Amino acid sequence: MIWLQLFYVYLKIGIFGFGGGYAMLSLIQADVVDRYGWISSQEFTDIVAISQMTPGPIGINSATYIGYTAIHNAGYSPTMSILGSCLTTFAVCLPSFLLVLAISYAFAKFRHNKYVEAAFYGLRPATVGLIAAAALLLMNSENFIDYKSFLIFGAAFILTWKFKINPILMIILAGITGIVFY
Amino acid sequence: MYWTLFLTFIKIGAFTIGGGYAMLPLIQREVVDRGWLSKEDFIDLFSVAQSLPGIFAVNISIFVGYKLKKVTGGAICALGTILPSFLIILAIALFFTQVQDNVWVEKAFKGLRPAVVALIAVPCLTTARSIKMSHKELMIPIAAALLIWKGGLSPVWVIIAAIVGGLVYGLKIKKD
Repeated sequence: MIWLQLFYVYLKIGIFGFGGGYAMLSLIQADVVDRYGWISSQEFTDIVAISQMTPGPIGINSATYIGYTAIHNAGYSPTMSILGSCLTTFAVCLPSFLLVLAISYAFAKFRHNKYVEAAFYGLRPATVGLIAAAALLLMNSENFIDYKSFLIFGAAFILTWKFKINPILMIILAGITGIVFY
Repeated sequence: MYWTLFLTFIKIGAFTIGGGYAMLPLIQREVVDRGWLSKEDFIDLFSVAQSLPGIFAVNISIFVGYKLKKVTGGAICALGTILPSFLIILAIALFFTQVQDNVWVEKAFKGLRPAVVALIAVPCLTTARSIKMSHKELMIPIAAALLIWKGGLSPVWVIIAAIVGGLVYGLKIKKD
């Protein structure tokens, strides 16, 4: 059952994941954390952090990690868990593959298609809402444990927003801050 | 040719930290400078790949692979892009459960979790600025975020509503 659920969830993420990695986060979180509880909100935040520091898109990283963890937590062997991460990674890419094949036949038509352009009147602003929801959902008591968390958040926000500090450096700095202050 | 494609996209997958658009200059250099695609073709692929759902880097590598070597090419390029991050994350998944309870790791993660939230909040604001919404349009992201965050609505419904709303607005109202 869990195999089917994992496949279904990541297929869905592949189909509805408009607007890039950050917008995809709330989509992943809704099912993986809130609906099926495969990982905790804290673990999800950790995966986002790891994704920022390692190569590759968050969509792939989360699929690989959650495929492994969900199967592992369900009591399967490590070999089966690796199969789990293959399954989710395959599922999240499958819709892309089919769409690209479909569109390649009518590429010129798709490029300035009025329906696609019209849909993006709605999708573009909604993407902002999806990213906001991802951030708001993670502003919970699991990630913000005390006043120090809010100070780190504030400092990280200003450093990223105003000083455009590199995200990897930001995560390393925040990690060191955690070791010093906790 | 297949082998070269595979290795090229492995390189693209392995050297772009942060994913998505960070990959773009590298893909362009590899694909356009080798003469696989013209610059115009590449820009066309880029704009279409952007409007598709799914993982942007995967979309664009399938496009490039398909253009060069049809279905097999698309599959090989996608596999190349995915493989480095797949292996790295798999190693972390195997390893992380063992260090998760280490006291230093725990402290570091306590510190970096709020920073991760900030790293998501900032692109939200920069995207909001770059698409220049009117006050009325600003209601769309606010409503979407509240419905998901407080209302527990699945983001899938928000996306469907946004597509339908965009089609109705773009095709009917804007024409009048």
